[in-house]
Amino acid sequence: MKSAFRSRAHPGFWAFIVHRVSGLLLALFLPLHFWLLSQALHGPAALDGILRWVDRPAFKLAEWGLVVLLAAHLAGGVRVLMLEFLPWRNWQKALLAVAAGCTIAAGAAFALNLV
Amino acid sequence: MDSSTAPPATSTAESAQAAAARHGGPAEPPAGTPPPRAFSAARFESQLWLAQRVSALVLALCVVVHLATIMLAVRGGLSADEILTRLRASPAWLAFYLVFVASVAVHAPLGLRAIVAEWLGWRGRFLNAGIFLAGTVLLALGLRALAGLFGGPG
Amino acid sequence: MTTLQVSVWRGDEAGALQTFEVPRWPSQTVLDVVTAIQRDMDPTLAYRFACRVGMCGSCAMTVNGVARWTCRTHVAKVARDNRLELKPLANLPVIRDLVTDMREFFAKWTRAQGRLTPTRTRADDFARIAPDAPARAAANAGIECIGCGVCYASCDVVGWRPDYLGPAALNRAWTLVNDARDGAQQERLRAVAGDAGCQSCHTHVSCTERCPKQISPTAGIAGLKRAVAKAAWKGTL
Repeated sequence: MKSAFRSRAHPGFWAFIVHRVSGLLLALFLPLHFWLLSQALHGPAALDGILRWVDRPAFKLAEWGLVVLLAAHLAGGVRVLMLEFLPWRNWQKALLAVAAGCTIAAGAAFALNLV
Repeated sequence: MDSSTAPPATSTAESAQAAAARHGGPAEPPAGTPPPRAFSAARFESQLWLAQRVSALVLALCVVVHLATIMLAVRGGLSADEILTRLRASPAWLAFYLVFVASVAVHAPLGLRAIVAEWLGWRGRFLNAGIFLAGTVLLALGLRALAGLFGGPG
Repeated sequence: MTTLQVSVWRGDEAGALQTFEVPRWPSQTVLDVVTAIQRDMDPTLAYRFACRVGMCGSCAMTVNGVARWTCRTHVAKVARDNRLELKPLANLPVIRDLVTDMREFFAKWTRAQGRLTPTRTRADDFARIAPDAPARAAANAGIECIGCGVCYASCDVVGWRPDYLGPAALNRAWTLVNDARDGAQQERLRAVAGDAGCQSCHTHVSCTERCPKQISPTAGIAGLKRAVAKAAWKGTL
């Protein structure tokens, strides 16, 4: 008998889901990222061609998404490392709040630098 | 016959011990040297776990630098000239990105391994081989990108 | 008089919910509700309980989707619109109605070396352990487990990896890792390492969130991860 969805409705579980999904999407994006950068093998003009091609609103939104995913995975990962390696204390939810705050701040900073 | 209960009389370990005893040397390996043991899944998984955590710690530092670089670089738009000039100005950037690529080539495949095992139910030797392959490909792609950025025509 | 609409799981894994109307009374616990059904409506309802006061760990069930000890869960706290849904604990085979087969749960305690391996005989003096020693404090933090299975039923990793030892067994192992009298430390670390052991925990913290005794199995599992990593690093695992 599967456990009900409601039993998972607590912040630690959502933090896990964010961490896992962000990690998965970043891992899938990495080969593309590396391939795009390797266009520099064909000279700066080839890299510039790619950079110009992705310079449109849809891609800017996707880039913003990637930055948020990276920030979320970083903040969530630091949270896990702190829970695993530092002496235990009852600060799971405080760590989560800080991680969420850092992620939002990174997303806002990137958005402001884009415009 | 079970070799652990009745080892062959000519085993190398035994003759080495006998030789050591004849020369008055220590018959036992020095204290603190763990004896070689067969493959242990517990040890293998623990080493992978440690690799995942150590690479995570390295990546945490790298990603902070990466995010800060992104924020600064996107001001006024990206250009190949700007990127290549910055990177090729200092060998420190090359060292940084080599560490970054190597860590991510450890970290990402190990993360995928857990996801595949838990959400798709695939486990065992074939999964491990596939994950090792994924790590190798990721490392190769990353190094190729670095080759272009640092050694490509300029 | 108000009544409760109580949907109760009947049958084995392939069972279904059956609804009862149960009188509501002050300070009523979920276990009171189940007992009322069995005494007054359907004597064939199967469920477990013993102490009724939160000591024995036998009455845990899934109450409105969340694993809880029912003897100390007030209806007022969990009922929604006077409705209760009672199911057996998740991650365990269902025997009948609200009764699960706990054998695998306790077999995992054994597999995790969850027993003391003494190093002294009756001829020896008592072990003297300072109550405020850090290791003793770490053991004390997990020692009050009543084995109710709430953490085990709440753990997603148990659902994803059926051989995963789970929070309760690992919490028990951690109390013994911190027990100065125990003589099976290396064997225990080997038993709790690996992908059925502590490294599979992803720190969802569901066990810590749900434990009725306010134990943090996550804390003990993190301690095991550190101890196992140290042993793997030194080559003693």
